[in-house]
Amino acid sequence: MGNVVVWIVWVGAAFACLSSAIAVVTFRNPFYSALALIGNLGSLAVLYLLLSAEFVAAAQVLVYAGAVMVMFLFVIAYVGSEGDAPLAGGPSWQAIGSVTAAGAILVEVIVAIGVTAHGKLSHSPHVHAYFGGPSQIGRLFLTNHLLAFEVTSIVLLAAAVGGVVLGHHSRRVDAGA
Amino acid sequence: MQGPSVAWYLGVAAALFSIGALGVLLRRSPLIVLLSLEIMLNGGNLALIAFARHNGEASGQVFAIAVMAVAASEVVVGLGLIVAMSRRKLALDVDRMNELRG
Repeated sequence: MGNVVVWIVWVGAAFACLSSAIAVVTFRNPFYSALALIGNLGSLAVLYLLLSAEFVAAAQVLVYAGAVMVMFLFVIAYVGSEGDAPLAGGPSWQAIGSVTAAGAILVEVIVAIGVTAHGKLSHSPHVHAYFGGPSQIGRLFLTNHLLAFEVTSIVLLAAAVGGVVLGHHSRRVDAGA
Repeated sequence: MQGPSVAWYLGVAAALFSIGALGVLLRRSPLIVLLSLEIMLNGGNLALIAFARHNGEASGQVFAIAVMAVAASEVVVGLGLIVAMSRRKLALDVDRMNELRG
């Protein structure tokens, strides 16, 4: 009984995830694309919960669907939401080439998974109730992955400095023009 | 593990990655290129978390959180570039951004 419920939730979340991803790519207006990406991130968080990654799901909703997407929507409102029509005026060579390349990536990854899996992916071990909880993630960050944790802080600092430099530079150009 | 096996999650991750790649290749608005990059990164994250569950080892979830931090940094720099382009009255079209000069 529980198995059926998990399947139903999985099918709903996977369908929402893929359809909102297609919506992001096909919508003309970047504003609607950003809104569709919020739906995509939310349904991905449901898939993470099904994989018993509670902390990552919470971080996904808070950091991605919350902070990052609010920043995106602010910038789209600032620069104006003039979009491009991806498939207007008949298929161009660029459109045909990109659809072919994306389809080739999909087929290649699925073939690679199918060739190497050999049925090894069907049985996953039973995990404890605290698997993927904040305590386990925090312990791993401060023991096994301490270097990655510290390097992440340097990456975030570099991004903050980069954002300030880009904003400052364009302001100076405005004053000189 | 109840419900679908890890292979199903990997299929969704592969589909997400290729949809994101399609967006990066197809669209000309840099905003939508950034959004499609986010989809690609999330496809990778889903595969990491699926393998973490498959191996019963939470390190994959730690990698996924590191990827999220890198994605947030990338968004900061990318949106900074887009705002700088818009302030210089450049067209928001990646096909027309084909020279490095000034």
